[in-house]
Amino acid sequence: MIRFVLNGSERAVDVEGDTPLLWVIRDELKLTGTKFGCGIASCGACTVYVDGAPVRACQTYAEDVEGSRITTIEGLFSREAEAVRAAWRELDVPQCGYCQSGQIMSAAALLADTPKPTDADIDAAMYGNVCRCATYHRIRAGIHRASEILEG
Amino acid sequence: MYPMKPRPADAPRPSRRDVLKFTALAGAGLVIGVHFGGDPARAAAGDGPNFTPFIRIDADSTVTVFSKHLDKGQGSATGLATLVAEELDATWVQTKVEFAPANAELYKNLLFGIQGTGGSTAIANSFEQYRRAGATARAMLIEAAARRWAVPAGEITIAQGIVRHASGKSARYGELAEAAAWMPVPENVTLKTPDQWVYIGKSFPRVDSYVKTVGAPGSFGMDVQLDDMLVAVLARPPKWGGTVRSVDATEARKVRGVVDVLQIPQGVVVLARAIWPAIKGRDALKIDWDFSNAETRSTALLEAEYKALAQREGITFRSEGDAEAALNGAAQVIEETYVFPYLAHAPMEPIDITILFKDGKATLWTGSQLQTLDQNVTAAVLGIPPQDVAIHTLWAGGSFGRRAIYDAHYAGEAAAIAKAWGRPQPIKLVYTREDDIRGGYYRPLYVHRVRAGVDANGRLTGWHHRVVGQSLMIGTPFEGFAVSEGVDHSSVEGLEDATYAIPDFRGEVHNTAVKVPVLWWRSVGHTHTAYAMETMIDRAAKAAGREPLAFRLELLAGDQRKTAVLKLVAEKANWNAGPPAGRWRGIAVQKSFNSYVAEIAEISRRANGTFKVEKVWCAVDCGVPVNPDNIRAQMEGGIGYGLGAVLRNAITLTDGEVDQDNFDTYEPLRIDEMPDIEVHIVPSSEAPTGVGEPGVPPIGPAVANAIFAATGKMPTELPLTRNGLV
Repeated sequence: MIRFVLNGSERAVDVEGDTPLLWVIRDELKLTGTKFGCGIASCGACTVYVDGAPVRACQTYAEDVEGSRITTIEGLFSREAEAVRAAWRELDVPQCGYCQSGQIMSAAALLADTPKPTDADIDAAMYGNVCRCATYHRIRAGIHRASEILEG
Repeated sequence: MYPMKPRPADAPRPSRRDVLKFTALAGAGLVIGVHFGGDPARAAAGDGPNFTPFIRIDADSTVTVFSKHLDKGQGSATGLATLVAEELDATWVQTKVEFAPANAELYKNLLFGIQGTGGSTAIANSFEQYRRAGATARAMLIEAAARRWAVPAGEITIAQGIVRHASGKSARYGELAEAAAWMPVPENVTLKTPDQWVYIGKSFPRVDSYVKTVGAPGSFGMDVQLDDMLVAVLARPPKWGGTVRSVDATEARKVRGVVDVLQIPQGVVVLARAIWPAIKGRDALKIDWDFSNAETRSTALLEAEYKALAQREGITFRSEGDAEAALNGAAQVIEETYVFPYLAHAPMEPIDITILFKDGKATLWTGSQLQTLDQNVTAAVLGIPPQDVAIHTLWAGGSFGRRAIYDAHYAGEAAAIAKAWGRPQPIKLVYTREDDIRGGYYRPLYVHRVRAGVDANGRLTGWHHRVVGQSLMIGTPFEGFAVSEGVDHSSVEGLEDATYAIPDFRGEVHNTAVKVPVLWWRSVGHTHTAYAMETMIDRAAKAAGREPLAFRLELLAGDQRKTAVLKLVAEKANWNAGPPAGRWRGIAVQKSFNSYVAEIAEISRRANGTFKVEKVWCAVDCGVPVNPDNIRAQMEGGIGYGLGAVLRNAITLTDGEVDQDNFDTYEPLRIDEMPDIEVHIVPSSEAPTGVGEPGVPPIGPAVANAIFAATGKMPTELPLTRNGLV
């Protein structure tokens, strides 16, 4: 059994240690907000926080998260996250929306570190999150808007 | 959530045959649609008016709009809700959208004749139909109120979700819905005039933005979770046309969680309790493939074959005057050979489909884009009638054409798996990203050979254009729709209808035979025809000593809408002032899917000599702008999608096998290369046309023309990484 805290609740799963955290979350624990896009940490659709830091769940293994605190989009509640969500809705950022869980996880992490990011900060922080609908223009605007919301 | 709401046994229903057939959607309240007029067979059958149910009104006043179209990000669900809310005078808050079930009779695309989404037609074919549905429901609510209050219907007003009478009586829609459902359905309704519009032309927020910020529970096919569900992954032949000679599944069966390994006509399937053991199981298969009938050519060889074909006469698709004579008499002839690679669509959500085959009936859960073909293929594999295949259409995580498949191949795979497994258990077939990138159904590889002649006065006098590549339509159910006399119009669209005033024009096409399956890719033929045409126009302008915009405007004097988008984009970009120092600009225009788009790209040069696209201005004329913000979003996304492909995407083959397999080798555009974009919409009262695709075609040639302005050399082989330019 591998034990960790998921979105504030203690969980134990009986899986092989080399099972990617992505599939533990989706198939074992049935939380589907964390998306499967590539499986090689190249698209960011599966971004979750492990002990507060964003990681790609498809290249993080069950045996590596023993005792960790894991946060998924379903458990993401912070000032930054709510500002990002509000900005996303205000600007209608999502199109197909499949990548947006990962985008929001990365954007909220950026704003927690850098409350007033420049375009270069945004490019650096969001480089790993692919959007095939190419909503990048609005993602950038959305992060700036969320930053304004946080300023109050 | 996935299962539709069951109909309560005591729910009163209009006694209309098609409504009764439509039990899967029935809830309490009003289900209403438009009069299915103009169908003589139905009129002759004498069973009175039939109705296509597009709207349900529940007792809580929720207005549910049934979308016959798949929304894969393009915003059509919001668009259809806008049309209904407009005529029904509903509030935006009370208006919801669900996807309609698979039923071509009720929900066909009026331009296709089958149920399906594509070709940027969702709003164009629904504009009248969905408004009419809203107006019909509105009339029935008023009639119900008139009878309940015993007042003339003409004294009743309706606005913002409330029905009112001067006496002070009022009701919300939900209070009237059950009674309204029994009212006579009006034969004729009057639609609002544009000056009365409250919703159309405004930018009401997307109906799906909220859920897509909280993980989109229950939205996507990849996320379907059903009791006792198995997951399937399929080992397909690594070369097209390959077959299984033998398989050793010993190691695969040892993987914890693997349930079974089965052989089906398409390959070897691993069934497991979850995705990860299915993937591990597949990795452990030892398959001996028979490639005796497989495609074994490399793309380098295909390109050489295509270039040789481009020197030979093909099937004529356009002939005006005498192009050969014009070229012979020209003062200058410019000749170019273009190469456009195979492209994968690579939607964010890889392909998936869940099937349950039970008691002789099949149910599918998937982002179905051509429901009728998904039904037909599933039915044929399972040996059941198509109407016994139900489809729960789900939101799709992108498509760009990939989910609209002439042979419904993944529905066919799912059906073959369900049949081979033989138990009434749901099975979710999942494509990994590698399955997606290596799986074919690509934008075809094309070669163009173009010659343009300019006379001594700088006039463009002759044009000879050959297109070489696989047809998308020949041999598919769409052949009758899109192919005539050997010409697949989707191969040459944008050329056969080019409106540049060129006196002598000849166009020819060669349809090649390759076993790589090909498919329309966002904007279809315009993905390559716009590039070839618009870059040659810049070459010709330079040869003629003319400025590219002025040269175009002169040649397009007879095309008012193209002229208007060119002038608008030039004005917004201040084109005539020229680019700032260290920047270069290119312009291009294309009509596609009946919409007109002009774009200007501005580029800079990095220290290492490569180019970066800094800014794009876009002007679009898509008729009545139903939702301007969504039009802007589709232009932005189309520009980014097209730009990523032009910069660096190519599917190549070595000895018939795909060289790329994931986002590391088929790398999408990322945020650091997304230009700033300004979109301007031409005001129009023309019928609305598409926006999902038309943003794509001009971006490639606009960027290439900017590179031409910077270097004097036109890139003719894509992607641009092939030339070290980006």
